Amino acid sequence: MNTSHLLSQDRIPGSEILLRSLLLEGVECIFGYPGGSILNFYDEIYKNNELRHYLARHEQGAIHAADGYARATGKVGVCVVTSGPGATNLITGIATAHIDSVPLVIITGNVPLSMIGTDAFQEADIVGMTMPVTKHSYFVRDVNDIARTIREAFYIANTGRKGPVLVDIPKDVTAKETTFVWPEAVSLPGYQIRRDIDEPQIDDLLAALGQAKHPVLLAGAGVMHADASNELIKFAEKSGIPVVTTFLGLGGFPSQHPLWVGMPGMHGSYAANMAIQQSDLLISVGARFDDRLTMNASRFAPHAEIAHIDVDKAEIGKNIPTRYPVIGDVKHVLNYALPKVSSLPTATWLETIAEWKSSHPLRYQDSEEVLKPQWVIELLHRTTKGEAFITTDVGQHQFWTAQYYPFTRPRSLISSGGMGTMGFGLPSAIGAQIGNPDALVISINGDGGIQMSSHELAVCAIHHIPVKVVVINNEVLGMVRQLQEVAFEERYSEIDLSGSPDFVKLAEAYGVKGLRATNKTEAEQVWQEALAVKGPVLVEFVVPSSENVYPVVPGGKALHEMMLGDDEK
Amino acid sequence: MNHHHTVAILVNDHPGVLQRVSALFNRRGFNIDSITVGPSEQPGMSRMIIVTLGDDRIMHQVINQVEKLIDVVNISILSEEPLVARELALIKVEAEPVKRPEIMTLAETFRATIADVSSDSLVVQIVGDTEKIEAMIELLTPYGILQICRTGVTAIARGRKPF
Ligand SMILES: Cc1ncc(C[n+]2csc(CCOP(=O)(O)OP(=O)(O)O)c2C)c(N)n1
Ligand SMILES: [Mg+2]
Repeated sequence: MNTSHLLSQDRIPGSEILLRSLLLEGVECIFGYPGGSILNFYDEIYKNNELRHYLARHEQGAIHAADGYARATGKVGVCVVTSGPGATNLITGIATAHIDSVPLVIITGNVPLSMIGTDAFQEADIVGMTMPVTKHSYFVRDVNDIARTIREAFYIANTGRKGPVLVDIPKDVTAKETTFVWPEAVSLPGYQIRRDIDEPQIDDLLAALGQAKHPVLLAGAGVMHADASNELIKFAEKSGIPVVTTFLGLGGFPSQHPLWVGMPGMHGSYAANMAIQQSDLLISVGARFDDRLTMNASRFAPHAEIAHIDVDKAEIGKNIPTRYPVIGDVKHVLNYALPKVSSLPTATWLETIAEWKSSHPLRYQDSEEVLKPQWVIELLHRTTKGEAFITTDVGQHQFWTAQYYPFTRPRSLISSGGMGTMGFGLPSAIGAQIGNPDALVISINGDGGIQMSSHELAVCAIHHIPVKVVVINNEVLGMVRQLQEVAFEERYSEIDLSGSPDFVKLAEAYGVKGLRATNKTEAEQVWQEALAVKGPVLVEFVVPSSENVYPVVPGGKALHEMMLGDDEK
Repeated sequence: MNHHHTVAILVNDHPGVLQRVSALFNRRGFNIDSITVGPSEQPGMSRMIIVTLGDDRIMHQVINQVEKLIDVVNISILSEEPLVARELALIKVEAEPVKRPEIMTLAETFRATIADVSSDSLVVQIVGDTEKIEAMIELLTPYGILQICRTGVTAIARGRKPF
């Protein structure tokens, strides 16, 4: 892009400085919602045609869309809202991005400087409220600071361990004029990115590999963030070490690869969980030992020494004592290790794993009478060859997706892992589609979660964003139902979703095509029809309420103590 | 094992830094016994000294988290090395004129000074480590303490260590 017209040192208002700064950062689209305190900036958007703005129907939709855009593209997602309720409506979305290390820059208007601290109309201390869920935040008091702040915000958001950065700007600061100067570089003495790697740390780990009989690579979302999927594949192939991928690591290592074991954790596969429990050297590659992965942490990988490669030093030893810490960017570390690692004698270990895989594959009781949700996910996989971008909402459908849609590409699964935020599925798909206009984007939702953001169908309709919105309708808050069945002796409390709208009509009310299937024949048919639709489409699959996600490791149990669901009907 | 830790943090002199740092201690259940902040030898930067009680392993995690804050330039646990630690206390004591000489002698033995005298009270000013200040307070208690103001501990490593 030619940026010379943006760089010229004109005397312009803060709002225009903000716009130019975003353009100079390479921003092509933003997601937002206007209001009083941010109007100066919206006036710039009106006058400008280089920056596309998508008007969400709720600020939470805007930030999840920015999040989905960032996860799908690796670029920084940008979200702009007004002060007070506009800003507070973002908090769930900021927390969602923060815990999954997603790079976002969030711009909030605020009341004029002279009104700050007076409980003015729509004043909220959004910087204070979001401190625990942002990587960093700014309150901009001076128009001369806007350009530098935006430059720093993008740098911080998208380097090191990535995350959301919030920039709060009072209304009068965007109105004041000053000479535009784009800073040439950022200077942040308290934020030094480690570009080097600690070679002796890696050498120690490589030496330990030589002793290991049952090594396992545990690949997490860090593989995606570091763009290190190819390096990981080469490392696994050269060493012969099998790979398990965390939920957010899915796609970081191709699931059709012979060395891929599966996803471990609460709803992990038998083979993946057993591989961890039998491992004698478990190497985390950008995975943070989340409690849904480890389950009972004191009995996690009981025979293994733990190695942990992470850009974030604070992750090492946080949840699991670590024998071999390796601090650094996963890609750099793997590139250093690759020429040095030798082929390990893992043949018997791989055979054991293969036996686990064949004796305990993922399985469910299929039916010809009713539509099984797992079968629906398999249908989506079969018809898209596993090549679509998939976003999910949160619940049972999320884990059926993880289990029955084998992912092959980095960034092709977009889901709220750490926060488990219902309402994420649809808006994140909108962002993913905007970032990848020609790709097939499917959003898989439950009948509960879709109602937390179904209003964003308006965005799909008005901008012709061709997301395929799938609703797995089990007429229940399925994941909660499953917990109540097992842990609360079938006392089903407040999980009945009766009263939900007719989803087909709901879609059509927005001008989006709606389709429904209640059996396999219909499902095949309407799904083909949906794939043929050029624009957005909603497809409802009606499935039984009583289906559970298996395997499941009950709370407090170790990974090998899975319930496999064999005694189920 | 719970221990007292004295932590020195060099921070950008920006609004909100104190809030960011204390929130991280708070989140991991660390009670901050005292916190002092003031300008450092480097322009635009302040040094905070935090005294806190907590588990050693979790202490190191908190340090790692605090280190990640963009406004934190440097952090170290001073109490793992020899250090000089001092605080200042102002103690207002009831003091009828007849009692004054006795209190002043007591103060002198602690190298404390009398910062203010009124008709029926004295303000004793003392600098020292926490034990010394507590001993002073104990000795003054029988006379009737009206008010105590303490700065909290500030500290510095011994020798030429940069931090
Ligand atoms: C915002 C939010 N509120 C509550 C929850 C707790 N929760 C997790 S899964 C779930 C049920 C989701 O139901 P549905 O969307 O129908 O999906 P299903 O499990 O039936 O596939 C609930 C309520 C959550 N994760 N997020
Ligand atoms: Mg449901």
